[in-house]
Amino acid sequence: MSRFRNPARRAIGLGSAKSGAQHWWMQRMTAVALIALCIWFVVMLLSMLHADYASAHAVLARPWNAALMIAFTSAMFWHAQLGLAVVIEDYVHTRWLEFSLIVLVKLFAVLFAIACALAVLRIALAG
Amino acid sequence: MAQTGRPLSPHIGIYRWQVQMATSILHRATGIALSIGTLLVLWGLMAMASGAGAWIHFEAFITSIVGLILMIGWTWALMFHLCNGIRHLLQDTGMGYEIPQFVRSGWLAVIVSLALTLAIWAWLAMGGVA
Repeated sequence: MSRFRNPARRAIGLGSAKSGAQHWWMQRMTAVALIALCIWFVVMLLSMLHADYASAHAVLARPWNAALMIAFTSAMFWHAQLGLAVVIEDYVHTRWLEFSLIVLVKLFAVLFAIACALAVLRIALAG
Repeated sequence: MAQTGRPLSPHIGIYRWQVQMATSILHRATGIALSIGTLLVLWGLMAMASGAGAWIHFEAFITSIVGLILMIGWTWALMFHLCNGIRHLLQDTGMGYEIPQFVRSGWLAVIVSLALTLAIWAWLAMGGVA
């Protein structure tokens, strides 16, 4: 289809950027992952009801729990920033503010996902 | 929104209330609430990684009155977003678009999410007996 488009249209950024489905698809991919991961997360929290610090730490330090927790927090922040971007696009109509907020949300999502992964690694690899 | 002066399609104020409106806006509202809730997960993991001293502050917060109210709210937000999210994923495959099905699945998401929240907190209130 691109051969029917005037090069000037492409140069000034009008029309498809060929990445429209990516946001939609990743929102669904992370949603499917989060169905399983959220159930695991809630069940694990409930199982920790009477746990003190040392035993809660020991539960999360188990290899599969640590792996699932990193998967959970990564999918969670990915899904959250995709959703927040849509909310910002819908309600913030000042272009520079909309763009800045979306960039800010994405950067913080990455930072927080890294922080969570590092925290879990520290718990899992401690003594 | 740009003020073009063109006629607008009928907005919320003109419609009779329907459950689909509630599930739609609640999905977005719970999504925003849960996005804020991610910070609690972050805090909990950072506190646990930092040591018992930092964990005490986190534990004191989540067992305080304010903490408990927030936790109950986030529990329902998560259960609703989960139930309604599964509903949306099934609808993405083309299922459930007949009006009666759409209304029924909307109510189902609301009722199941409330029941799950109640079950979780009843179980916690009873001290976690299996």
